[in-house]
Amino acid sequence: MPTFNDILVLLPEFYLVAAACVLLLADAFMKPEQRWSLHWLSIVVLLMAGFLVIAGQPDVTVTAFGDMFIRDQTSEILKVFALLCTVLVFIYARPYLLDRKQFVGEFYTLMIFATIGVMLLVSAGNLVMIYLGLELLTLSSYALVALNRDSPLSSESAIKYFVLGALSSGMLLYGMSMVYGATGTLDLAQLHAAVPQSAMPHLLVFGLIFMLVGIAFKLGAAPFHMWIPDVYQGASTPVTTFIASTSKLAAFGMAWRLLETGLGDLSQHWQPMLAVIAVLSMAIGNLVAIVQTNLKRMLAYSTISHMGYLLMGLVNAGPEGYSAAMFYAISYALMSTVAFGVILALARAGFECEEIADLKGLNQRSPWFAALMALAMFSLAGVPPLFGFYAKYLVLQAAIDAHMLWLALAGAVFAIIGLYYYLHVVKVMYFDKAEEGGADQSAPDMSMRVVLSLNALALLVLGVYWGPLLGWCRHSFGLG
Amino acid sequence: MIDPNLLQLVCFYVFGAVTVAAALAVITLRNSVHAVLALVLTFFSTACIWMLAEAEFLAIALIVVYVGAVMVLFLFVVMMLDIDQEKLREGFVKFLPVGLVVAVVMLVEMLGLIGVRVMHAQTMGANPAGDSNTAWLGKALYTQYLLPFEIAALILTVGVIAAVALTLRQRTGSKRQLASEQVAVNPRDRVRVVKMAAERPAGAAPAQEPQP
Repeated sequence: MPTFNDILVLLPEFYLVAAACVLLLADAFMKPEQRWSLHWLSIVVLLMAGFLVIAGQPDVTVTAFGDMFIRDQTSEILKVFALLCTVLVFIYARPYLLDRKQFVGEFYTLMIFATIGVMLLVSAGNLVMIYLGLELLTLSSYALVALNRDSPLSSESAIKYFVLGALSSGMLLYGMSMVYGATGTLDLAQLHAAVPQSAMPHLLVFGLIFMLVGIAFKLGAAPFHMWIPDVYQGASTPVTTFIASTSKLAAFGMAWRLLETGLGDLSQHWQPMLAVIAVLSMAIGNLVAIVQTNLKRMLAYSTISHMGYLLMGLVNAGPEGYSAAMFYAISYALMSTVAFGVILALARAGFECEEIADLKGLNQRSPWFAALMALAMFSLAGVPPLFGFYAKYLVLQAAIDAHMLWLALAGAVFAIIGLYYYLHVVKVMYFDKAEEGGADQSAPDMSMRVVLSLNALALLVLGVYWGPLLGWCRHSFGLG
Repeated sequence: MIDPNLLQLVCFYVFGAVTVAAALAVITLRNSVHAVLALVLTFFSTACIWMLAEAEFLAIALIVVYVGAVMVLFLFVVMMLDIDQEKLREGFVKFLPVGLVVAVVMLVEMLGLIGVRVMHAQTMGANPAGDSNTAWLGKALYTQYLLPFEIAALILTVGVIAAVALTLRQRTGSKRQLASEQVAVNPRDRVRVVKMAAERPAGAAPAQEPQP
């Protein structure tokens, strides 16, 4: 039976649910001229949840509601960064939403609900919880993508996202039902124990394949990446930022929970499958990104390639690899918030700043934003001494440790190919002549400017001083 | 006498085959009403499989909620999409054969189920666990699966928020009543009593209409 202690373990989540409901009601009763306060209230609510996550973190792993919910250090780190990314999205989104008259309360409530989904997903201790956390996240995401109702592109991408997302959820459920049939349990810890003794190993692998499809879809790894470019381009830029940052942390958490906590003993089966998916993602992502002219679409293909690198860490199937993959997920989330944040800062009413050509000569008009974008691009490309470089180094090392030298070599080659399109953006900003109607320094508010600058500088600082963060990640997987 | 276990197995495969065939029909049939009828059959066959697995509550819930409410609503919407009275009337006759096929298959499935139940009642007797399926489900939902149950409620909340956010439009120029204004109105704002002669004097100009 659930006790009061169970509720204490879930305090951050329960708090966030209650706060989201209060915000929903406040929005309904607020006068339109007071609605600006919703923005700051949401940020305070999320920061408070982050405080509860850190302050209430127990020293040892605890479970609640009969092992449904696991509160360990890995989930703590993922939750902290998921909350941080959502706060960043809120700060970057405000000027954009105000310019386009899209500043509605639902944007904030749906995003908070999606973040609750992320928190439940990364702490799930049961297949049912994984599925429900995922649905909470994705249902909110579908609605967020469709929220910009007047844009046909948005509606189209929302439908694509919804149909493909429902299909992949079906695949995941089908795989879960097969695994349940082979082991007779839904609990991840019991599943881990039951896998070696299962009387039906083939059924287990059959289920594993379908679960991998679901994971690859949520990560956006090739060949299940088709939705990513359309959704990134069609969704309004704040929502794209959310999908590129917070959602990716959740996808990593889900992959780790399913593959290691649940099916760790099947690693000899899922390692080669993941390796193939990783190589395909890096190849398709990096090669197709080269020909893109739309900045958001280019970043979408860049996401696909980055998910390939993240999977490289998982392929290692050991604590070293998992900590490298988590470090990579965090670094990617922070880098993509900078890249999309600059796009949001440069966009103004009637101008989306979506095309790479829009950035022509940005350095002459707004050197500071050009510098921030260049930082993000160099970091995404993996140029030392930035954050992205060390993350890439770690996953390549994890692949070599797993005796998959070919995978690491492929990763290095595709990283060099990827350098081209990231540097192309830098070249356009610094060496092309500015054109009329391109991006200039529209005046985003001060809070956004300061936070965006700090976020970009963090890429530089963490690129040099990565020790504490990596130590935190390694410690959560039981490494010194 | 037929072996009850064999009958159960045969019923399972028949129901499974009907489910798959009906599901295929849903996505291949060109006529949308036929597709919805096939979907009804899919749900019904699934419910029959669940009934075979002794998950009575889920089976009944599927019939009541999906077949009874959701699919009938679907059928209504699909039939109403083409609002042509003449066509609607001939539609009844046109869709009758498919409807009859679906109904007959359902009947056969039901008879099969009853057959399995009757035979098992003779061989197996009552449910050994003692608890009925519904009672077990209720206990599990509120103890072991309490947290997932609550999260499902959260997902429904998100569904409601999303549905309202995506469909609610405040149209300009739409006529609607504002109850608060109607209640707060003062009679003097609406009615003006004009004093005038009861009879029009002969030859005088007609009384002017009172200004609104």
